[in-house]
Amino acid sequence: MARHRVTATVNGDPVEFLCETQQTLLDVLRDELRLTGTKEGCGTGDCGACSVTVDGRLMCSCLILGVEAEGKSIQTIEGMAGGKDLHPLQRKFLEHAALQCGICTPGILIAARSLLERNPDPTEEEVRYGLAGNLCRCTGYHKIVEAVLDAARELRGS
Amino acid sequence: MRYEAPKTLEAAVALLSGTKSEARVLAGGTDLLIQMRAGRVEPEILVDIKGIPELTSIVAENGGFRFGAAVTCMELAEHEAFARAWPGVTDGVNLIGSIQVKGRATVGGNLCNASPAADGVPAMIAAGAAVSIMGPNGRREARVEDIATGPGKTSLARGEILTSFLLPRRAPHSGDAYLRFTPRTEMDIAVVGAGVNLTLDEKGVCSQARVCLGAVAARAMLVPEAAAALIGTKVDPTALKCLAAAASAACRPIDDKRGTKEFRIKVAGVMARRAAEIALERARRAN
Repeated sequence: MARHRVTATVNGDPVEFLCETQQTLLDVLRDELRLTGTKEGCGTGDCGACSVTVDGRLMCSCLILGVEAEGKSIQTIEGMAGGKDLHPLQRKFLEHAALQCGICTPGILIAARSLLERNPDPTEEEVRYGLAGNLCRCTGYHKIVEAVLDAARELRGS
Repeated sequence: MRYEAPKTLEAAVALLSGTKSEARVLAGGTDLLIQMRAGRVEPEILVDIKGIPELTSIVAENGGFRFGAAVTCMELAEHEAFARAWPGVTDGVNLIGSIQVKGRATVGGNLCNASPAADGVPAMIAAGAAVSIMGPNGRREARVEDIATGPGKTSLARGEILTSFLLPRRAPHSGDAYLRFTPRTEMDIAVVGAGVNLTLDEKGVCSQARVCLGAVAARAMLVPEAAAALIGTKVDPTALKCLAAAASAACRPIDDKRGTKEFRIKVAGVMARRAAEIALERARRAN
């Protein structure tokens, strides 16, 4: 089996990996680059647990081949905190207890950050629609939505 | 399994037609990767077409728009001038999957995956969109309604690639809309979809109309009888009632877990009427 040599940027760092054609970006992140913060839920693009951004676009990493990452800039949950300082979204998720088992949380945080970058002052409805591609089977969504709205307030400085 | 990312259309066609075993176009991959994972397709070669500039651009052409088949749903939905001209086509692509899926899924893929329930397709057919196709024997043009032939099947020959869509120039006082019925508001597959595109004359009388239904037959279906119910009227309640009846009468749906035949037939009329009402409002507001 021919392996592809791929060069990309992950969380700002240049990376190089080898992958087989059928390996998804999710497989590569977890198994080759050992970045296991990105989770596999459904593997079919329905649950959003594997959400990452590729060149600034929110996507499911299970629906992208690793070889397609050539030359791309990828952001995962591992790049979200600044050293020991949690991103405001991460802090608000803890404060609001917006997680239980935590499998959906990295994907939701990535999706929420992407949402707030495009819309810093979303309504509750906009947050719910914005996160419609991310499923949580534990908590229900109320605390998640509250945490995102609270983080948005803090990020706006109000 | 080989992966190739050609930079030209000619090279992509050569790769697709040059293999004896199964070859697949990889665009957004939101259908293909799942089919591969489930073992339903086992391609020998994947031809990634996203590196071909013609397939990923949105440009003005003859007063209308031409956009590449590998343009993502999100890129098309975010194109403001396109959304002003064709809000109904934009409604359709906006309903495809989540934000994550729309960031990857392509408009061409939505058509070529040939799901009878594809949300991107009915409004495009109602809009009178054409497609350009490149293959081993050169380029040809076709209508969007002639691409899907049944669930998962298209009229594309071996080695052919859908390259772009052409949306025509808009006549004054035109509007379009797409609506679907789903039990949930997001992340669902259409039980019934309806696209309506209409043009009013200076007196507010409907001079042209096209109506297309999704998920009520083996492929998205133009319903000329429903369009005829609007043409020559002011799209008044009587005309809308005739449109709904004609839409319901044209349905040839299946029973499945998403809806019964009876339900789909009834709802197709309702969706067509409501879509026509939105298209009418948009046409009245349009210059």
